[in-house]
Amino acid sequence: MVADTSTHTTKPSIGDYLRNNIREYGLLVALVIIMLFFQFVTSGVLFRPVNLTNLVLQNSFIVIMALGMLLIIVAGHIDLSVGSIVAFVGAISAIMLVKWGLPAIVVVPACLVVGGIMGAAQGYWVAYQKIPSFIVTLAGMLVFRGLTYVVLGGRPIGPFPKDFQILSTGFVPDFLYFLNPSPEVIKNMVALVAVLALVGYAIYAGLRNRRINDQHGTENEPFVFFAVQMAVIGVVALFIGFQLSTYRGLPNVLIVMGVLIAAYTFITTRSTIGRRVYAMGGNEKATKLSGINTERLTFYAFVNMGVLAALAGMIITARLNSATPKAGVGFELDVIAACFIGGASASGGVGKITGAVIGAFIMGVMNNGMSIMGIGIDYQQLIKGLVLLAAVFFDVYNKNKGKG
Amino acid sequence: MDNIILEMRGITKTFPGVKALDNVSFKVREGEIHALVGENGAGKSTLMKVLSGVYPAGTYEGEIHYDNEERRFGTIADSEELGIIIIHQELALVPLLSIAENIFLGNEIADKGVIHWPQTFSRTQALLKKVGLTESPATLITDIGVGKQQLVEIAKALSKKVRLLILDEPTASLNENDSDALLKLLMEFRNQGMTSIIISHKLNEIKKVADQITILRDGGTVETLDCHKEDISEDRIIKGMVGRAMEDRYPPREPKIGDTLLEVKNWNVFHQHHRDRQFLHDVGFKVRAGEVVGIAGLMGAGRTETAMSIFGKSWGHKITGEVTMRGQPVDVSTIPKAIKAGLAYVTEDRKQLGLVLINNIKENTTLANLSAVAANGVIDERQERKVAGDYRNKLRIRSHSIYQEAVNLSGGNQQKVVLSKWLFTNPEVLILDEPTRGIDIGAKYEIYTIINQLAAEGKGILMISSEMPELLGTCDRIYVMNEGRIVAELSKEEASQESIMRAIMRSGEKH
Repeated sequence: MVADTSTHTTKPSIGDYLRNNIREYGLLVALVIIMLFFQFVTSGVLFRPVNLTNLVLQNSFIVIMALGMLLIIVAGHIDLSVGSIVAFVGAISAIMLVKWGLPAIVVVPACLVVGGIMGAAQGYWVAYQKIPSFIVTLAGMLVFRGLTYVVLGGRPIGPFPKDFQILSTGFVPDFLYFLNPSPEVIKNMVALVAVLALVGYAIYAGLRNRRINDQHGTENEPFVFFAVQMAVIGVVALFIGFQLSTYRGLPNVLIVMGVLIAAYTFITTRSTIGRRVYAMGGNEKATKLSGINTERLTFYAFVNMGVLAALAGMIITARLNSATPKAGVGFELDVIAACFIGGASASGGVGKITGAVIGAFIMGVMNNGMSIMGIGIDYQQLIKGLVLLAAVFFDVYNKNKGKG
Repeated sequence: MDNIILEMRGITKTFPGVKALDNVSFKVREGEIHALVGENGAGKSTLMKVLSGVYPAGTYEGEIHYDNEERRFGTIADSEELGIIIIHQELALVPLLSIAENIFLGNEIADKGVIHWPQTFSRTQALLKKVGLTESPATLITDIGVGKQQLVEIAKALSKKVRLLILDEPTASLNENDSDALLKLLMEFRNQGMTSIIISHKLNEIKKVADQITILRDGGTVETLDCHKEDISEDRIIKGMVGRAMEDRYPPREPKIGDTLLEVKNWNVFHQHHRDRQFLHDVGFKVRAGEVVGIAGLMGAGRTETAMSIFGKSWGHKITGEVTMRGQPVDVSTIPKAIKAGLAYVTEDRKQLGLVLINNIKENTTLANLSAVAANGVIDERQERKVAGDYRNKLRIRSHSIYQEAVNLSGGNQQKVVLSKWLFTNPEVLILDEPTRGIDIGAKYEIYTIINQLAAEGKGILMISSEMPELLGTCDRIYVMNEGRIVAELSKEEASQESIMRAIMRSGEKH
């Protein structure tokens, strides 16, 4: 048996490494700079515990939908209908909860199924009838919005029972209160412990990964980068965790979001399904000829998107405590923008969950920061548009420079 | 007429990390056909891009003299103005525009932006006549074959008052009839005083038309041969290209033929798009263990369609017939089922159909059999690395690691990655569709060696190729296809270029 010499490569210099991976580091650096910038111009309002909590509550649904949208975009498609699915599922949940009086434990799964069916209804035309996703989901966007008006009769429905609202406005109870060293500062011990544990695990997992890579001769990023990255993420996470713990602790949606981010990162990087989606986005014909059922993959990518959009729809509806026909207007654009800011390629096959998540946070921090500054919605849109263009230009510029 | 129309002196062109051209000199006499040959990566295309201004003056070192004057072309338009027209390997035609629109694209006969159609059409007609086409100028490019498209490109060059015509691999995707027609046309133009430079891998064609041959190797000029002073053999050219005499272009093999593996009977297929037209008629063949079987035929004979319709019904419709493996009927109605039955199909078009170019070697290698390196849907990274590394060593894929993207590999190495992918599915019969198209002679030899190894391991190989010498050099048995039918089956002893062509011609008369 020949030894696996193939993975040995010459060690790149730190400069080379930075140049090759500028996209990933650049994105993280951009997020930190944007956060610091708004912290400064809002005179410290941005990082206040109340505002941080708001930031999470306001953006969780963008992040959740960006996870599904990234898969759609990597598969080489687009979904314009998510804003309308959000509104429709919100309306359906309101009818089931308020008019029919069903319990939340029944309504939540039922709504997820409804979202999946809406995704499937579109996925069928894209995957099996080969109609471009742009057209199918544009139709879906109009149809679902229209349906929302129909089922709501043009009037908002609310308010909701408490057990449904917990989904978006609830917090993880402080069952670790007995560990609290200073109850006058820290109001929720679970938040602090959870963040400490997470940061600890991230460092442990990172180091373990490096060790495994070393054993197999796979290239590691230079230790300096690893350390700096871990330090930055660790400090930011701990700071946010501390701030949250001095208010009401961890919002439930933050937990949901965290679990989903972890799950989708795993799916995209480690699973066969993820690998096949990337291959399909890179070259659909070659992937099909390799014996992969590309139609089914595309179909399920849309079903998945529908389910996530339904979840987002319920979170928003619960947060607003009312289902309105205008809910979710324009969300699809924020979600798609988050993916592209995060480095996804419009031609498919390229993109990362971490990128999309950071992209969503960049959008979220900008929305929140500009609102605090009192910038009108008109200029907010203008600035967000320019940031999107700048991020994608940065990608294209880097790519061309690499080619020489 | 020893008038030098073009002289390139000491051309050096560097890309980041690579010296593509190193002090190349190149002289072309007026009114001749000058062939430029060399292996892939020898620098032929780069040299022509320097000449035509794709790489503007200043980005390379050296001088270009054209018509006894030094020229510094900043853009393609500058060189075109002097009558230097280049026709690239990938044709630059817009498929959904008409012939006339394509010919005058960017150069429209117009008055203040309003196109003069009658004049456009009449001039197009005149140009088409010169290249021997009878198509209407209003015909869409997509409706004519590749051979005619190539002629349209030439007509387009003629419309620009061409003096020096550069053709990059003009016959690479043409069948023999179309190639012959094209070469004849070039010779006719030569008689009218036009100069052409032709880049080609097909040495027999070069021998037929070239007045002089310049050989490039590794970015440098090796030599220029004058075909009128001496008789230049193909082996002589190859020696110059590879820097050594290639004793035999095909590695020897002792066939050890076993039982019948794949057998196809009464295979009838209707056309994918023209649904009431039958395309394949009662095709039948068999491949035995350890045997290399060829399918010869002209472009459009139905060879690729036969392979694709068998491989998971990827082409055609209303498919009927029987496929057996070791005598047992097998279901090949979907690609996964065909793979399970022990078939693998290495496509004709590596880049479009074979590889995910933006993915790396490792990811491409395992794509068709990902579950073999995964448990419960989770990829075992270590296992996958090992598989990819093993194939990289076994097939000698030249790359800096298994993490190199497929797009950055040479044609030969790309083909080896496609082969790795299919070998990892452990097939019993491999269908290879034009396995050596567009790859250089050294890499071809390596691919033939791999084919021989596979046959020695007892696998059956079905090889489709448009290069007859390749079929004759590697196959134990050759089927000849024409117009959707198998028209002859020739043993190694019976097969020759003449017997194959005769079979094709004779079947053509019958129908």
